[in-house]
Amino acid sequence: MKNRLQKATHLIIASILVIVVTALLIIGMNYIRILPQAASAQAEPIDQLFRLELVVIAFLFSLIVVFMVYSIFVFRRKRGDTADAAHIEGNTKLEIAWTVAPLATVMVFAYLGGNALAATLAPEPKPLRVEVIGKQWAWSFVYPDYGVVSDKLYLPEDKQTILLLRSEDVIHSFWVPEFRVKQDALPGGEDFVRELRVTPTEQGEYKLRCAELCGLQHTYMESPVIILGQADFDSWLNKAAGISDDPVVRGEKFATNFGCLSCHSLDGSKLVGPSWQNMCDGSETMADGSTVTVDEAYLRESILNPNTKIVEGFAAGLMPAQFIDPVSKKPISDDQITDIIAYMSSICR
Amino acid sequence: MTDTKKASFFSVGMIRGLIFMLGGYAAGLALVTVIRLLMGLPAFLAWNPSGNEYLFTEPAWVVGTIFAPFAFLLGVGVLTDWLKVMNGEETAEHPTDAFASGWRRYLSASYDHKAIGLQYGVTSLVVLGIGGIFALIFRTELAQSGMQVVSLQTYNTVMSLHGIVMIIGILLGVGAMSNYLVPLMIGANDMAFPRLNAFAYWINVPAALIMLTTIIFGGFDTGWTGYPPLSQKAPLGMDMFFLAVYFAGLSSILGSLNVIATTMRMRAKGMGYFRMPIFVWSALATALIGLTATQLIGLSFQMVLFERLFGMGFFTGQLGGDPILFQHLFWFYSHPAVYVFVLTGLGVISELLPVFARKPLFGYRWVALSSFGIALVGFLVWAHHMFTSGMSAYLRIPFMYSTLLVAIPTGVKFFSWVATIWEGKLSFETPMLFALGAVSIFLLGGLSGPPNATVATDLHLQDTYWIVGHFHATMFGGFIFPFFAFLYYWFPKMTGRMYNERLGKIHFFLMLPAFYVQSLGQMQVGLLGMRRRIGDFDPALGIDMQQMLITIAAFAIFTSVLIAVYNFAYSTKRGPVASSNPWRSRSPEFMLPSPIPLHNYPQPFEVIGEPYDYGKPGAYVSIDPERAPAPLEEVAPSGAEAAAAGAAD
Repeated sequence: MKNRLQKATHLIIASILVIVVTALLIIGMNYIRILPQAASAQAEPIDQLFRLELVVIAFLFSLIVVFMVYSIFVFRRKRGDTADAAHIEGNTKLEIAWTVAPLATVMVFAYLGGNALAATLAPEPKPLRVEVIGKQWAWSFVYPDYGVVSDKLYLPEDKQTILLLRSEDVIHSFWVPEFRVKQDALPGGEDFVRELRVTPTEQGEYKLRCAELCGLQHTYMESPVIILGQADFDSWLNKAAGISDDPVVRGEKFATNFGCLSCHSLDGSKLVGPSWQNMCDGSETMADGSTVTVDEAYLRESILNPNTKIVEGFAAGLMPAQFIDPVSKKPISDDQITDIIAYMSSICR
Repeated sequence: MTDTKKASFFSVGMIRGLIFMLGGYAAGLALVTVIRLLMGLPAFLAWNPSGNEYLFTEPAWVVGTIFAPFAFLLGVGVLTDWLKVMNGEETAEHPTDAFASGWRRYLSASYDHKAIGLQYGVTSLVVLGIGGIFALIFRTELAQSGMQVVSLQTYNTVMSLHGIVMIIGILLGVGAMSNYLVPLMIGANDMAFPRLNAFAYWINVPAALIMLTTIIFGGFDTGWTGYPPLSQKAPLGMDMFFLAVYFAGLSSILGSLNVIATTMRMRAKGMGYFRMPIFVWSALATALIGLTATQLIGLSFQMVLFERLFGMGFFTGQLGGDPILFQHLFWFYSHPAVYVFVLTGLGVISELLPVFARKPLFGYRWVALSSFGIALVGFLVWAHHMFTSGMSAYLRIPFMYSTLLVAIPTGVKFFSWVATIWEGKLSFETPMLFALGAVSIFLLGGLSGPPNATVATDLHLQDTYWIVGHFHATMFGGFIFPFFAFLYYWFPKMTGRMYNERLGKIHFFLMLPAFYVQSLGQMQVGLLGMRRRIGDFDPALGIDMQQMLITIAAFAIFTSVLIAVYNFAYSTKRGPVASSNPWRSRSPEFMLPSPIPLHNYPQPFEVIGEPYDYGKPGAYVSIDPERAPAPLEEVAPSGAEAAAAGAAD
């Protein structure tokens, strides 16, 4: 017959062992590789949740296994003992406790999980848009705002990219383990494009590997993923679009595309508008007799509000009030104007 | 009954069934081919496997494969009595087997639930063995990076077959346990529908054969989940896969029906629901799932079959369909299916622990109802397999909540098991070792579930080896280990002989640590970035050692199973003669001689006590020779209960 002190002792010893084993498991997990390096903003709430889950798993595993192993060692049947053990049918209070406590625990985790999911979905204004197209058995990446198509995924660090996933044949899935988030790429057209937001936080080279069985070469359906600093990324993007790194070269292209050079010469000859050569001395005479300094502000104003200041010898109302980029169909941007100005400066050297 | 010594080879049901099956194929092929010829459609193709051409057209092969199992069933003899009934002829109340004993009995139609249980059990071991060999093939490939052993195409088919063959093996094992035990435990002499029982068993044989023919017809590369559009474009083997699952599913549905009817209508006098052996609760919960959910996998596969054969567009976006629809339909069955796989095994654990601890099952009613709780909640969680599928983004949240809820009734079982053995008097014969091992492994599998249930962490885990680790642990803990516990524990009742205890312990002490190595290895490599269903892994992941260890563990597990199979085979013929109740169980089947005679209980018994009242005087059933009926003051309440329960029947 076990008295109550003996019973309590067993419970206390086993409980202490549970705490010890839980602690050992948690400490031990620090010495094992469990997750790859985190390289996206979305990984942060996910990894936090993982760490919490692993702690609770360590505790629950210890709880059951320690009590079981304790029983195996301490509550053995003695040789020759044919009598039964104590007749204990149940304990309603205990049943309620071990129903309610797990219920509360899982509800907390569900709530935390919902928050973590929302965190991974949080949008940023003006993310970089990249279309990701899976097809048996390769990925291609399109940067629609730049007209760039690539077989490697280049992304800028610390800026949110919204991946627009689709497939041309069967279901594929986008996954870079270091980013954590994953999303299937579905076939079927526009209605089946799915979004995935990724904000890379560590420069480096990673691998995209298809994560949904897609046929023969699923094993090898991979693409490099290269995260660059913003400047390097812009550089790559421009190069890929056939756009130079050099603002002067870009400026020359814009000067042609926007039609500047059809009215302004570079060598001093008089066309519809003043030659850009004439501004190299740093000043220009206006129709009303005043002199202005040719600086960036003046040039910018001349492009955006051409009729404000008219150069001596030329007519108003000839330069278009708005310039639309023939490639992107958008009005001329400030960056483009900067490049044109750089080009204009360069002909003075 | 036929004289076994002089019976011809062709009177054995299996042989006749196989011959008829070939006839069924021929009839189906001929029917469709002739119709196509008459309609002026192309009817013959070249034999060109790499071009997906197999002499006859796809519709011809499909119809042939549908006729084949029915022809098999006709040949094996399970349709005979029903055809007689259709013709207005007399049939026996309980049909007699063609052979009384021997290998011919088990290879022919038997109507005795115990023989059918053994047929299920042996077939299960064979099918699991085949599935295991498939695993060893690609585990050998995966031991090192690079492709050394198989081509990618072979890998895809072998991996896909491993999954579905194991599932079929598990369903057969669940059938073995339910069929063998339920009538015995409730005091019945057989199942409610013996002929249906034989039919439901035998349909599995052509189903398994058809599954293996996928190899001849180009295999299939989709995994057992068969997602379109990939499954729509797969070779002819895909159709064979669909049809095999269809027939195996039919077996599941019919077997479930039998278990439900038997449990509801054939319990002994005094056996209210809360006085049944606990296993019957889990068999009943399992059967309720099997009866109602299985249809959905048949439906989803049938729809892909119609896409393939008739160009319909259920799952094709460009035709107005949706590939995610397939996943909803498929997983609506396939999630509850996993509870079909594990609930009976968990029932075996609940059944065995009290006996080996000499202590009542803690909280019997809670444990009983937890099986129903798991079954019910299990119907509400299916989309957790689809969190990254592109399903409605916010619909994932309620599925996360419902999935996490399944932990509650499961937890009740774990805590009850621990409370049962706590302060017990434990002994560690092989069945008990497997029951305890099962608890720890199922715990590992179950605890690896919540990170999958939580959508945010599942984004990382989905389609990786973490998932593979999770479901192997739950399957081994919920089925494989308990199935071996079942085989060892009831071996003496089945065969009249005792298995070899030393080999049983070797089996256990090899299988348990090997399985831990496999499981933890799979979980780790999945977390680190290894995807599932790949034939080769990237050395950049730095998981070479783990892969080699997992492969070695797989071989160790297979070896341990071979030891068990040898033990069973040898001991059936040459083991020491067993007593009727080597475990001193209170359960009614142990009151019968070993092996159990043909019609179980010569007289019906009455329930006069509680099933797990270890530590109290008094028997559970009136035929217990080792325990006197309980003292008088306890008889009256049970007598009144018995009268009330008897009246309710």
